[in-house]
Amino acid sequence: MATKTKRTSLIGALEGIVGAEFVLHTPEDMVVFEYDGSIGKSLPQVVVFPSTTEQVAQIVRLAYSVDVPIVPRGAGTGLSGGAVAVKGGIVVTLTRMNRILEIDPVNRQATVEPGVINLHLSEQAEPHGLYYVPDPSSQRVCTIGGNVAENSGGPHCLAYGVTTNHVLGLEVVLPDGEVVWLGGPLEDMPGYDLTGLFVGSEGTLGIVTKAIVKLYPIAESVRTLVAVYEEIDDASRAVSAIIASGVIPAALEMIDKVTIEAVVQAVDVEYPSDAGAVLLIEVDGLKEAVEQESEAVEAICRDLGAREIRVAETPEDRERLWAARKGALAALGRLAPNYYILDGVVPRSRLMDVLRRVGEICDRYDFRVANVFHAGDGNLHPNILFDERIPGQSERVLEAGAEIMQVCVEVGGTITGEHGVGLEKKGFMSLVFSPQDIAAMEKVRDAFSSVETFNPCKIFSTAKGCGEGWRVPTLPDLGPGSFL
Amino acid sequence: MTTNAPLELPGADAPTEADIYKCVHCGLCLQACPTYLELGLETESPRGRVALMKAVHGGRFGLTEGVVGHMELCLQCRACETACPSGVPFGRMMEATRAQITATTRRSLRARAVRFLVFRLLFPRLGLLRAGAWLLKLYQRSGVQWLVRELRVLKPIKSLDQLEQQLPRLPKFYRPPPSELVPAQGQATRRVAMLSGCVMPLVYGPVNEATVRVLARNGCDVLTPRAQGCCGSLHAHSGERDGARALARRNIDVFLETNPDAIIVNAAGCGATMKEYVELLEGDPAYRDKARRFSALVRDVTEFLAELPFEPPKKELSARVTYQDSCHLVHAQGIKDAPREVLRSIPGLRFVEMKASDTCCGAAGVYNVVHRDLANGILDQKMANVAAAQPDIIATANPGCMLQLEMGVRRMGLDARVAHVVELLDEAYG
Ligand SMILES: Cc1cc2nc3c(=O)[nH]c(=O)nc-3n(C[C@H](O)[C@H](O)[C@H](O)COP(=O)(O)OP(=O)(O)OC[C@H]3O[C@@H](n4cnc5c(N)ncnc54)[C@H](O)[C@@H]3O)c2cc1C
Ligand code: SF4
Ligand code: SF4
Repeated sequence: MATKTKRTSLIGALEGIVGAEFVLHTPEDMVVFEYDGSIGKSLPQVVVFPSTTEQVAQIVRLAYSVDVPIVPRGAGTGLSGGAVAVKGGIVVTLTRMNRILEIDPVNRQATVEPGVINLHLSEQAEPHGLYYVPDPSSQRVCTIGGNVAENSGGPHCLAYGVTTNHVLGLEVVLPDGEVVWLGGPLEDMPGYDLTGLFVGSEGTLGIVTKAIVKLYPIAESVRTLVAVYEEIDDASRAVSAIIASGVIPAALEMIDKVTIEAVVQAVDVEYPSDAGAVLLIEVDGLKEAVEQESEAVEAICRDLGAREIRVAETPEDRERLWAARKGALAALGRLAPNYYILDGVVPRSRLMDVLRRVGEICDRYDFRVANVFHAGDGNLHPNILFDERIPGQSERVLEAGAEIMQVCVEVGGTITGEHGVGLEKKGFMSLVFSPQDIAAMEKVRDAFSSVETFNPCKIFSTAKGCGEGWRVPTLPDLGPGSFL
Repeated sequence: MTTNAPLELPGADAPTEADIYKCVHCGLCLQACPTYLELGLETESPRGRVALMKAVHGGRFGLTEGVVGHMELCLQCRACETACPSGVPFGRMMEATRAQITATTRRSLRARAVRFLVFRLLFPRLGLLRAGAWLLKLYQRSGVQWLVRELRVLKPIKSLDQLEQQLPRLPKFYRPPPSELVPAQGQATRRVAMLSGCVMPLVYGPVNEATVRVLARNGCDVLTPRAQGCCGSLHAHSGERDGARALARRNIDVFLETNPDAIIVNAAGCGATMKEYVELLEGDPAYRDKARRFSALVRDVTEFLAELPFEPPKKELSARVTYQDSCHLVHAQGIKDAPREVLRSIPGLRFVEMKASDTCCGAAGVYNVVHRDLANGILDQKMANVAAAQPDIIATANPGCMLQLEMGVRRMGLDARVAHVVELLDEAYG
């Protein structure tokens, strides 16, 4: 009864801040906020949609004062459970704060609210001949706020860097409700680089309410090609060789046989179904340089056994190739009801070796695995296909994932390239960091957020009541009364 | 609406587990969904709706009022299907969900009365529908409409007023050609059967006439079987799947009897449903095979023309035209290029692509009456994109879209006319 009253008054207070229309709390409505793009699930108690920084600040202060967990959320496409409310509480969804406040073509930057969709920013910048570089495959739907929180990457980050290289300043609501600016419109602001610290903090240090980001000129010329290989090993060798040659393509992506099987069903794209792997390569820049570089790349691809090289002839061709790449992950839903996506990074020289071991591990567990990833960065995405309805699979898929993480770390790599640690990878932090390293990070977190209720249980497994690592929870029944 | 939601629904349609589990909750469909775009709430998104179906399927809760609300706000435009890399067949899942709702919830007396009128009387018996349309025409031509509008009689009853504003001015009704068969001009190379539809002949008779002329001109003997009926799409979309099945069986019998080379449809919504008779009648052993044969013959008129290929028109139509993708053509049937190809073939017609041409205009039967604010928001966004393209003509491929766009043109005070693609081709044949 006590909790019930608390909940009712909390809902009332939130409605007072944003209006009743923008507070959801029925059991049915909570079900659509229990997930993100990952395998984690947990029900919040109330979801609120603010439209101004001031409203966000009020919500955060309210949560702080009544000691209720609070979790920021963008579009909910995250792949590490960052927006999942593991301890229930308030989910603050920022999708209504979706205005592009300014595009400054002279200084090549834009000021945006956190709910702006990644692709919309590039579309709005296009008339100025500019675009926003980081292009996660989810860019049609994910938000800049989520990108900042996860330090997201994308195929075109190979040459130009991931999100952190493109954020200049952030307006942030801290966990106690204070509103501050980190960084600003200039590249080198004096003092600590708190912007850099905040990017990639996975929504644990505060809520981004505005961001100043850099825009880049759209390249004069671009060439997109597909190299088809019989064997994935040859494709891996070609990746290493291209990077070693000194050419830095704008993008260099690998799509393996299993992924091709799914993709050709989803998008009208002619990838040969008997290929072992294809590389999707893009070179951009000034016209002449592009010609030279793409010739060099083609030559390397051929030398290393490409059985066929196709060049996109028209902008539509190019679009189709990218649609296939960007839809690849979700297309795996055609092969199995669930996938567990890993995000390990390995030295490029070890690609071949690691891919082989990934295959062996999944064979041993009797799972199919599909690899589609940013090969140029050595950022692997093995996707282990499984079916949560088959008893035991959800647990075993995590075990297989843990073995793969081990391999990545063993060869000198790490546990996440761009999806964040979130929930299900926090158990692996100790593979990469010493207890002292982790303690140093926690000190930083505590400086921002002394409260354990601000996006709790993410990144670190040391917090009370969170448990080691991450298990897929059994879903709570939502019968009357059991809710909260 | 009150609900009594038993979780076991024996015999009733329901989304299948296999379909539900195709969704990997990636969210890539979010920005394709008009209701999500308008409201920004996951509860009004495709991913959210699938999550609700899954929760109901799993017995976490029943078809509560909350669930039903989110399901009924869906336009069934199926843009999410196009956006979904995982191949989630959202259209049929939503049809099944609506059927589930019909089977398990008790609607208000008024809603039941309206549904009885629409699903049991008017559409299954096209004669009655026609009679209703005559009354409407009488209302418009006798001066009563003028009086009602002048005196703002309906202003106090907002939804009725809105409905009144939406009423299209009914032109001359379509009279099917006196003989069932209109012969091809010149040598006949094909024999096709045409669906004349239920809304089309009453509201847009000239479109049917144009379709027959265009087909005949392109070497087709055109049959319009008299015994045909409503295709059942309205039923299927509204949770009356059994009603839809009955209509489907009748059309299958009538059309297959004529042994055509193709069954031609000029209303995208009907075409989509007819291509999906296979799914609708999957569980009916007597009709399963016939349905397969039938659906394989169905072609949208633009699709059919593009496959032929059609004779290029000679007469110039000097105008700017833009094309609104009918949802049930582009998303349900996957046809994007054919109507554009037809438009581009017309001399003098300058084709301009509008932004987001494949986003729903908000036309979904009575949707804009029931969910007025939302539908108006969606329409206004659409019309802003239309206006930016500065067209003289807005072409589309479905009567529902034509009605909605005409209302949009009136609301915005645009100087443009709405036409079916095939009407323009007919004009250009001169
Ligand atoms: C099909 C698919 C493809 C993908 N491809 C890529 C890819 O190529 N590269 C890549 O890097 N990622 C990729 N992702 C992962 C995901 O899209 C990114 O992590 C994205 O940045 C998440 O954005 P979002 O708006 O969905 O955030 P959410 O998932 O809602 O949230 C992600 C995290 O950000 C926090 N957060 C959200 N908004 C704010 C805010 N305003 N302030 C503070 N914290 C906030 C949340 O608390 C959470 O921890 C992909 C995902 C999918 C489903
Ligand atoms: S319906 Fe398709 S696109 Fe939408 S969340 Fe599910 S799998 Fe992804
Ligand atoms: S059918 Fe249209 S309105 Fe319904 S969920 Fe899909 S995109 Fe949204």
